[in-house]
Amino acid sequence: MIRFDEVSKRYPGGIEALSRVSFELAEGEMVFLTGHSGAGKSTLMKLVILIERTSQGQVFVNGANLNRIPVRQIPAIRRNIGVVFQNPHLLFDRSVFDNVALPLTISGFGPREVGRRVRAALSKVGLADKERMRPVTLSGGEQQRVGIARAVVNKPALLLADEPTGNLDPDLSQEVINLFAQFNQVGVSVMIATHDLGLVERMGKRELVLRQGQLTEHRPVRLI
Amino acid sequence: MKLSGATVTELGRRDRLGAWFAHHRLVAVSTLRGLLASPVASLMTWLVIGIALALPAILYVLLQNVSALSGQGGSTPRASLFLVQSATIEEAQQLTRNIGQQGGVERTAFISATDALAEFQERSGFGDVLRTLERNPLPHLIEVTLSTADPPVISGLVEEWRGIGLIERVSVDRQWLERLEALLNFGKRLVAALGLVLGAGAVLIMGNIIRLTILNRREEIEIIKLFGGTNAFVRRPFLYSGFWYGIGGALCALLLVQGSIMFLATPLRVVAQSYRNEFVLQGLDWGAALLLCSTGILLGVLGAALAVGRHLSEIRPR
Ligand SMILES: Nc1ncnc2c1ncn2[C@@H]1O[C@H](COP(=O)(O)OP(=O)(O)O)[C@@H](O)[C@H]1O
Ligand SMILES: [Mg+2]
Repeated sequence: MIRFDEVSKRYPGGIEALSRVSFELAEGEMVFLTGHSGAGKSTLMKLVILIERTSQGQVFVNGANLNRIPVRQIPAIRRNIGVVFQNPHLLFDRSVFDNVALPLTISGFGPREVGRRVRAALSKVGLADKERMRPVTLSGGEQQRVGIARAVVNKPALLLADEPTGNLDPDLSQEVINLFAQFNQVGVSVMIATHDLGLVERMGKRELVLRQGQLTEHRPVRLI
Repeated sequence: MKLSGATVTELGRRDRLGAWFAHHRLVAVSTLRGLLASPVASLMTWLVIGIALALPAILYVLLQNVSALSGQGGSTPRASLFLVQSATIEEAQQLTRNIGQQGGVERTAFISATDALAEFQERSGFGDVLRTLERNPLPHLIEVTLSTADPPVISGLVEEWRGIGLIERVSVDRQWLERLEALLNFGKRLVAALGLVLGAGAVLIMGNIIRLTILNRREEIEIIKLFGGTNAFVRRPFLYSGFWYGIGGALCALLLVQGSIMFLATPLRVVAQSYRNEFVLQGLDWGAALLLCSTGILLGVLGAALAVGRHLSEIRPR
């Protein structure tokens, strides 16, 4: 699903956020990306959705070499990837329903299909009864789940989450991570950046560790 | 490409087109709702744009009326052909008929020397003095009304008449016409220049308002781009806002123009009547009204496109 081949990323100003990173995420796999703050986790994800471009090396997503993707094809790449952030980045001037519907409208779905898929996504994250509400009236955990519903509503093949539990207490964090695991079970490839090591250990998935831009891979830690 | 495969196969081309239209309709309606949600601010914008469009339009209407007036009756030039003293009545009448056949000539009237003298006596009040003359000093005269005001045609006719032996002198009163034409040309240029300057002003006003909305919706644009919204998708609501600003401005302009015409019509009619002229000030016709609306729309969309073009590429997900 994702392949990094000797990828380095230098930001203007000389900081090398990633150096010679290579790894592969198989189709349908779920991995955690861990490392201290500033280790390069967000940078790695930004390369996958083409917010940033590599300085060296190549990134492949679903077989496509991102170095060869021209600017006007970036939207098509992004439409097949769902993204979730620490701050869910919801639009506060519209309802939960409209927030979740956004990727579908972008992809050109008609109103009936939008309605059907938005309700399905909201019920999957347990917010079926909140579609008419404004995001401000929701709790932090609920807002994050709206963000997840928005990320999966388009049925993307790949789900990226950059510290999705950073603002949540442990119980809510576990709930959110379980949600991602559920999507993974139906075939979605998932990559989650986090520094909640306890959580990573409990899930028993493969872990990629970044240290100052360099990658060391950990074997999966099995559940007891 | 395989990546977007899932979405493409699930959406037929027909559905896609339908959804595209549905999205246009949705965006059109929601941007209009957005404008109507803050009616005072929107009305102010519409008025400013309306005034910018109305000024040249009013000038244009006045100009149209003046040029229509100049095209009415006595406005095409007349020529007076004074014949040589030796010309006989028969010769003169024959010449009158011949000239009446010429292209560019509307009609001719023959005024014999005798008639001319009689009229002159009547009008001048020198009747008694003139009666003492033993010989009529006036020549036969052919009054020609031209059917055209086109200077080259008139010059050609005058040349031809001058070459005829029976004709002593040709006088054409077209000077005032030339002056009027020069004035009208000046007026047209004034309308064009004013239209250009105020139109550019309207574009800048709308562009600036839309620039502010773009900056206000920065986060929304970032999210749309993050989820694969194309530039066209991001641009669409702003272009529609430009459209609504433009059409609203044009409608305000129409009201302003027709209002000013109504305001000016009565005093102008009084002036016209003093010249014994039945004159009704004409407002904008349907064609001109349509042109005004499309100009407004064009300027609005243009202003929006300029603003969006400048900011679209610089707003991107971080
Ligand atoms: N846009 C940028 N310009 C310059 N430096 C950046 C930029 N984004 C991130 N960095 C730097 O790159 C390094 C990695 O950052 P980041 O990928 O955000 O790490 P993480 O997400 O693991 O905390 C940091 O040193 C950060 O300061
Ligand atoms: Mg980060």
